[in-house]
Order: sequence, then structure tokens, then C-alpha cells
Amino acid sequence: MLNIVNLECVRGDRQLFSGLSFSLEEGSLLHVHGANGSGKTTLLRAIAGLVLPEDGAVEWGGKPARKLSEDFNRELIYMGHHYGLKFELTAYENLRVFARLSGFDISERSVELALKSMGLARCFELPVKVLSQGQKKRVSLARLLLQRSRLWILDEPFVALDVAGVSMLLEMIKEHVADGGMVILTTHQEVDVEVGKLQHLHLGEH
Amino acid sequence: MFAALKCIIARDLTLALRHRSDVLTTVFFFIIVVSLFPLGVGPETDLLRSMAAGVVWVSALLASMLSLSRLFADDFNDGTLEQLLLTPQPLALIVFGKILAHWIISGLPLVLIAPLLGLQFGLGGDALMMLVLTLLLGTPVLSLIGAIGAALTLGLRGGGVLVSLLVLPLYIPVLIFGAGGVEATVSGMGAEGHLSLLGAMLILSLLLAPLASAAALRISVE
Amino acid sequence: MNLFKYSAPSIFYPLAGRLATGFAIAAVLLLAIGLYMSFFVAPTDYKQGEGYRIMFIHVPAAWMSMFIYLVMAAWAAAGMIWRTRLSSMMASALAPTGAMFTFIALWTGALWGKPMWGAWWVWDARLTSELILLFLYIGYMAMESAIDDPRRAARACGLLALVGVINIPIIYYSVKWWNTLHQGASIKMSESGGIESSMTEIMLWTMLIMTFACWFYTIAVALTRVRSIILERESKTVWVKEMLQQGEK
Repeated sequence: MLNIVNLECVRGDRQLFSGLSFSLEEGSLLHVHGANGSGKTTLLRAIAGLVLPEDGAVEWGGKPARKLSEDFNRELIYMGHHYGLKFELTAYENLRVFARLSGFDISERSVELALKSMGLARCFELPVKVLSQGQKKRVSLARLLLQRSRLWILDEPFVALDVAGVSMLLEMIKEHVADGGMVILTTHQEVDVEVGKLQHLHLGEH
Repeated sequence: MFAALKCIIARDLTLALRHRSDVLTTVFFFIIVVSLFPLGVGPETDLLRSMAAGVVWVSALLASMLSLSRLFADDFNDGTLEQLLLTPQPLALIVFGKILAHWIISGLPLVLIAPLLGLQFGLGGDALMMLVLTLLLGTPVLSLIGAIGAALTLGLRGGGVLVSLLVLPLYIPVLIFGAGGVEATVSGMGAEGHLSLLGAMLILSLLLAPLASAAALRISVE
Repeated sequence: MNLFKYSAPSIFYPLAGRLATGFAIAAVLLLAIGLYMSFFVAPTDYKQGEGYRIMFIHVPAAWMSMFIYLVMAAWAAAGMIWRTRLSSMMASALAPTGAMFTFIALWTGALWGKPMWGAWWVWDARLTSELILLFLYIGYMAMESAIDDPRRAARACGLLALVGVINIPIIYYSVKWWNTLHQGASIKMSESGGIESSMTEIMLWTMLIMTFACWFYTIAVALTRVRSIILERESKTVWVKEMLQQGEK
């Protein structure tokens, strides 16, 4: 259960939003809408704990996420505009680093399977830098399959993906929500994300 | 926790191995700067011997500062840094791992090459030994303090120059006791005091610098 | 009374204006008295002649330079702990004045040093630490101006000030140690030229008055500066707009 209580964020001198409150239950998806510069990314980063909000709090299971700190991080996957991959390392090495730092070890086999289901069967041993943009995106999305986190925060996850990739990611999101996970996402693309308990949040309309 | 530390060190070392030229740049910078001094002040052996400790240490300071920009900047640019911030590990631990890897890549080579440079300046066996010892204790302090500066200036315009302004004044105590230890040995005095003070600085910075750098990273990544 | 009430910039702004005027007047008065005393009342030193009178500005400036850094770090710490915007504004308002006093201390030190030691600069422990302090101030201000986002600037500078304040004693003692070690190479001088011991009561009073003049000057200038920082950072808020409309300063 994620609660956003009276959140206020500023960038520079500009107030992006204030008094923002909502909650997100298990098995639901929050679609954040808003024009460029309305603070979507900042909101997502504030929920993930990367941005210190000016006021208000993010609560996870009734406790402030900032206090939970590492325990909250364990529940969460955040994907921003960057791929978050080391281009000199292979897809396997990248994913293994993430897994180890998240506190679990993964076998070569499970990474292979995850990459295969992302349509990257042959990219296992290649350094990420030789992959195309869409393939890089798929590698970073493969973390969603490997890491069992309840809250996914996805900032523009459909960018750089082809049609097959988009529908595959949609499937993953649906499955995750059906399993009782939570997803917060923003997107400018016209994609149909009608799954689970769907909520909409419109920023920049005050 | 230990596994995470090992993982982050292994990751940074692997990355450095695939970018070997970066490591060599720091070492060659160090060698070149040290070699410039005899050209500037003349080749008299006595003069050079009395300067050796200071020259090698100042050059080590500059070389270690030069390499700081790589500590967090690459991870910051490709977004892996924010992912590191979001792992369920204490950030100070991850930062400590990165600093340690950074020292192995850019500090340790300086320690290993320093005796050769000391020979060029006519240092004797005892002094060379002391040079290596002081650098071994001192260069990790440089990496630790430097990490705070690197984290604070992450992503700023002219960050490289700015980091030197922030960090070099803080390096002064290390320079004083590092070079002082070698000088004391050259002039036949004991240098135990220098070494223990350097050790104390190392312990203090081991305790505080990862915490301060972690706080600075949180500010800069925002 | 709730002191935290004054930590809101909108309430502090007019208060700071009144305080700044008061402290400015006090500073000018004390400076006038202090300068008169240092030039006309304080007796000529039997050892150093008239040249020693520069001490009346040199010593207060040196004291202020260190004191301001401590106050700055305290404000920075307060800003980090309670996350009050005003605290970090105070810290950044103090930095330029601190740097100025550091510079004055170095400059007057050089002027004093020429007749006393026969050189503009000696690598004396106090002068060297003062020089390093100037570097710390410059680093602080350089970083502040390099960061565009005022929130990040405030937090980063707060951290830097704390790191600096932990390092200052370490730097000071290592420089002192270095200095005693290299005594042979530099010019030996007794502590502060033996002035403290030979200082008459009137000299002490003059120095105290000058110190308070510098102190009040610092407060007045910092408050004035913090007022403009408040206006700059809060320019989008309602109370600033209202105040500007009323045409009140």
C-alpha cells in the first residue's frame, strides 16, 4: 500500500505541484498524465526517493518511505529516462550486478531465460554498447522479470520500443498488476493500459 | 552486505579493465609532472634530493585529483548511479566500494611507480621505503576526501576545475605529513609520528568520507 | 514565544531590515570610536613604533574570518537538520564577508610583516592557515555560483561547510606542526611579536571596540544580503508580490 500525503515539489523557483495526495493499493495501476514540464518525472523520482520533496511524505505500508530507506528500495524498481546500463558490460553482467546489489544471486540460466523472453536470445554475451536503442531498453526492462519487486515506477517505458516490444511490456505490466503488484507509469504514446484497478492522475491543471 | 561490496568493487574494476587507457593516463600524468621539476629547477642532486618528497607528493595530489572526475561522472551520465541509489544497500557502503575500486585503479599505481621516481631524485633506500609507506597510507585518504568533492560537483559546469578548488585545501594535512615523513627519513630522523598521524587521518576519513559522499550524491542526483 | 516563527522568510524579511539598520548604525559608531582610539589614543609601542597600529584592524579581521566560518557552518548545519530555507540563506549571506575579512587579515598581515620581519610574506603558521581559510571560502562561493538550482546549492553548500569545519582544526594543527618542523628554514618569530604581553589596557580596549565594530558590520551586511537573497528566491511567492505592489521596501 503506497500513500502519497500532501506532496509538494519545486524545481528551481517553480512550484511543480503541491498538496498532492493519493494512495495506491495492491493490484492497481496509476497512469500519470500531464504536459511536458508539469512535473511527472519529478513526481516519480520523488516517490522513488531520488528527489527530496519540499513538503509532504511518501508512505509505504503506513510508514514513511524515507525512514524505511533500504527496505523500501527492496520493494521498488524505478526506470527513468536513462537505461541504467553500463555499456562496456554485457547484458548478463549488467543484470547480475543489479541482482547482487539487490541482495540475491541469479543463475546464468535465469538471465538467459529472461533475455529470451524479452526477445534478446542472442545478445547474452554482447557488450550493451553494440545493441540498438530498442534492445538496450529491453535489457533494462528484463530486470522487471528477474527482480521480484512489488512497486514498478516506469517513466516513459515505451520509448524506443517497437510494436512487438510495446505489447510485450503491456503483457508484463498486466501480469504484474494481476499478481497484486503496483505500477506507476507515464507515457506520451497512445497505449492501452486498461488493467486492474486503474487510476489516472493529471498534473499541471491547477 | 559484504557481497554487495565485493560486487561493486568487481564491477568498477571490470569497467576499468575494459578502459585501460584511463588508468594509464593518471600514471603517466604523475610521471610527467614529477619529471618536469628537474627541468624547472636544474639537475643539482642535492637540491633535487631535498625536494624529492614534496615534488612526488604534490604530483600524487594532482594526479589523484585529476582522476576524481571519473569516480561518479560515468555512472551519473548513464543513469546507473541513480539505480545504485535505489538498491537495498546502505549508500555509504556502495560509495565506499566505489572509492576503494577507484583507489586500486588510480591510487595504487602511483604508490607502485613512486620508488622509480624517487630514484630519479636520488633518494636512498630508507627514504624510498618511507615514500612508498606514506603514499600507501596517504593516497586512500586523498581518494576518500576527493570523493566528497567529486560527489558535490557532479554534473556541474566546469566541475573539474571546481573540484580542485574544493578538494586541494583539504588535501593539505595529508601533504604535510606524507612529504614530512619522507623528509624526516632523509634527514635521519624517525618518521613514526608521521605514519601514525597519516594512519589516524586514514581511519577518520574511512569513517566520515563515505557518509559525506553518500549525502552529497543524494543532493547531486536529484 | 516561538522562535521558529521568525524562520519564515516573509516574517524575517522586515525584521532583518530593522535589525540591519540598527547594527549598521552601531557598527559606524564603534568604528569611528575604534579608529580614533587606534590612531590617537593608543600609545606608540616601544618596540614596534607606529607600525603596530595596523594590529587594530588585522587582529579583529583574523578573528572574524574564523568566527564567520564557524557561524556559517552552524547555519548550514541548522539548515540541514531542520531544513529551514532561511538557515542556508544566512550561510550563503555570510560567506562573502568572511572571505573579505580573511583577505583583509592577509593583506594587513603582509603590510605588518614588511617592517617587522622584512618580508611581505613569511610561511608562518597563522598566515598559512589564514591563506587556506581563504581557499575554503573561495571554494564555497565558487560552488555556490556554479549550481543553478538554489535548493541544490543550499544543500550542497551546507554539506561543504560542514566538511570544511571538521577539517579546519586538522588543517590548522598540521600547518602549525609543519611550521615548527621547518623552523630553521623560515624566520623565527615569537608568538605574535610579543604584543600580547606588552599590550596596555588602552590597546586592549581599542582592539575590543574594533572587534565589535567588525562584528556588527558583519551582522548588518549579512542581514542586508540575506534580504536580497530572500527577495530573489521568493520572487514568485505571494507575499513578495504584494509587498512590491505596495511599493514598500
